[in-house]
Amino acid sequence: MNATIYVPDFLVAAVVRLEPALREKAVAVLEGEPPVVTVAAMNEAAAEAGIEPGMTKLQAAAYPVELRQRSPAQEAAAHAVLLDCAQAFSPRVEDTAADTIVLDIAGLERLFGPPAKLAQDLARRASELGLEANVAVAANPDAAIHAARGFASVTIIPPGKQAERLGSLPVDVLQVAPEILQTLDRWGVRNLRALAALPEVAIVERLGQEGLRLQKLARGAVERPLVPAEPPLEFEETMELEHAVELLEPLAFVLGRLLEQLCARLGARALATNELRLMLDLDAAQIEDSPRDRVIGRSGHRVIDSAVNSMTRSPDAPMTRFIRLPLPMLDSRLFLKLLQLELRAHPPAAPVMKVTLSAEPVQPRPGQGGLFLPATPAPDRLELTLARLAGIVGKQKIGAAEVLDTHRPDAFQMKRFAPSAPQGLKPRRESGDREIGSSEHLKTDHLMTRSPDPAMYSTMALRRFRPPLAATVEVRDGEPVRIAAGEIRGEVASVSGPWRNSGEWWKSTETTPRIDTDDHGSNWARDEWDIAVPGTQGIALYRIYRDLASSAWFVEGTYD
Amino acid sequence: MSTLHVFPSPAAGRRTLAGIEGVVPASWLGVRPQPETIPTGIPQVDKLTGGVPRGGLTEIFGPASSGRTSLLLALMAQATAQEEVCALVDASGAFDPHSAAAAGVDLQRVLWVRCEKVSRFKFHVSRTPRETSNVKREMFSRVEQALRAADLLLQAGGFGLVVMDLGDIPPAIARRVPLASWFRFRRAVENTATALVVVEQEVSAKSCASLVLKTQQSAVSNQQSAKTRIVPTHTRLLCGMQLEIEVLNSRISQRKPVRSATTSFESRASWFG
Repeated sequence: MNATIYVPDFLVAAVVRLEPALREKAVAVLEGEPPVVTVAAMNEAAAEAGIEPGMTKLQAAAYPVELRQRSPAQEAAAHAVLLDCAQAFSPRVEDTAADTIVLDIAGLERLFGPPAKLAQDLARRASELGLEANVAVAANPDAAIHAARGFASVTIIPPGKQAERLGSLPVDVLQVAPEILQTLDRWGVRNLRALAALPEVAIVERLGQEGLRLQKLARGAVERPLVPAEPPLEFEETMELEHAVELLEPLAFVLGRLLEQLCARLGARALATNELRLMLDLDAAQIEDSPRDRVIGRSGHRVIDSAVNSMTRSPDAPMTRFIRLPLPMLDSRLFLKLLQLELRAHPPAAPVMKVTLSAEPVQPRPGQGGLFLPATPAPDRLELTLARLAGIVGKQKIGAAEVLDTHRPDAFQMKRFAPSAPQGLKPRRESGDREIGSSEHLKTDHLMTRSPDPAMYSTMALRRFRPPLAATVEVRDGEPVRIAAGEIRGEVASVSGPWRNSGEWWKSTETTPRIDTDDHGSNWARDEWDIAVPGTQGIALYRIYRDLASSAWFVEGTYD
Repeated sequence: MSTLHVFPSPAAGRRTLAGIEGVVPASWLGVRPQPETIPTGIPQVDKLTGGVPRGGLTEIFGPASSGRTSLLLALMAQATAQEEVCALVDASGAFDPHSAAAAGVDLQRVLWVRCEKVSRFKFHVSRTPRETSNVKREMFSRVEQALRAADLLLQAGGFGLVVMDLGDIPPAIARRVPLASWFRFRRAVENTATALVVVEQEVSAKSCASLVLKTQQSAVSNQQSAKTRIVPTHTRLLCGMQLEIEVLNSRISQRKPVRSATTSFESRASWFG
């Protein structure tokens, strides 16, 4: 058994899929370059209104119809949707035409029920994906194709009843050559029943083997193997905007629609995504006019971003932004919020002409929390929270700190915050169990890491000043005796040190700023001192150091 | 006409009612369920406070070098050891990952939010006097960032411990955080498994705090290898501090707030072992 999904008025359906408001309206699709722009396709309502193929745009504009430009990208996306829809039911899918997909449903009864139910489900799934399709089930692919093209909605043809059911369809459903169609018309053969009733020998004498093939098709008796297609897993949605969008709010509507379609397609394949790519084609003329000033703002007011880092140098190149997720997700509302926050942080440099959104398909990762494990933030909410926090303090300022394997003071880097799921508490190991040479050992051994077992004491912490405070230190007999650094000033009550600390001598002394930390990437050499300075609220302990290269004193932090 | 019996005291009333078979007290307000807490890992402090309450706001305050951060890191180490996810809103960027790792904090489970000066950030505290210096203005913006970040984290839920570190923010600025903000935070964590901890120099959340701890340094311990009159400085070693913790206010389990209970413990330098 084979099932066929056919989308009538495919060119119109491809446009209407991304604009659901047009479903109930008369729509005509135009093609060609100005000044020769003609009607390429229209839906039934537009045909009833008087629109005909080949009309010029000016003529069509006189009728109460919605006119849209033909979009090959949207048609490709609509075709991909059809394939996704079919692949959700059967792995054997034939890519017959842009508007027609045939799938082998033999043996699927136990999964999806009888053919009638499966056909209903197929039609409903296509409708959910934005395409109103005809579905037909027949014993062979061609009979199913003709039934889907000829009959609206869902059609089930029992085996052996093909000729009887297809008989009422017009001959042109077979998509025959015009000259043969004219010949049949002259003979008075209008439908498939009449064609099927003609004597075979007489047809071969007059129309050749093509005539015999057509008669077999009319009888629904052509048996051919299905040619399964293996479409690549590409999930991309595109919308070309008639008028350039200048504000974020209307752009969000476009993004929302594209994301809904993308998520529905991914869901149809039981997939999720961990990376979204947004490409915005900008109005090149606007970029050239004012490359830095014209930006998209929220709700009418403009946001000035001095460093439009997302804007590409070439005006023709699209602006691309990536949303990378720590784990596969499939939530269009979450994606929309993340994209909004991203665009708010990095607004485009010019009005948007075209939006392309693609998703990297990955298998969803099922997970189930344990009853006795501590609660952790929901991944989707955590991602949204991180994006919002990035909007407040900046993307580089949030994350999980990672201590670097070096003796350089304050050496750390910020990593993306993605806590692992709790696994339950492991039995405690003795301190001697740790393997020498393991990464854990390498990273923290020099810090004398202690286990969090209850102890009678805590570990003294350092609160750092970033950047270190420049200080004026009075030295007597090689020891600091007085310090003045901002609000820190007074006699030094006790001192310990110096502790000489140096490293990376092979690097230059010129300081080069590092992005991930507040420190510099050059060599360092310094003498550290721990001092106690009496104050009004007691004795405060500080770590100070003298930079040996510059002989300048700094307060690195306070012990707390 | 019925007679109204008045017991001389609630305890006498309970004793009398307990003697009557089948009669139970109308109210159990005298017995409050013990809230869940996160232990600090320091037995003296845990014995005194019972740990840091979940679903409540805890203030740890004290001057510089009073042990606030040591106590905080001990708490974070315990929380991450229990596989809790923690968040640290660092208003002044003073957090030292090396100290945290030395204290046993699993840094992978700590979300560190560094509130620092961002050019795009719009400062809109209306009460700022015109003559406020740039330093003060930056402090204000950091506090405001910290408040917004903490609000987002509390609303997101799922964190076992959310810390607001205002330890280097001058008290005059921290005091200007409106009480409504603290009230909002308290309501956000109420009936959740999240413990909100604020580290600062002076108390500012006032009645919104479930537990208020004051830290104080009582002594600095140095070790010296030579017992001579003139000790070379390089033979001295800063070993740690002796700290005192005072519970100023606790509304955890008792009906009446507990006041002025003190304990002390030692805070050792990581190099001292």
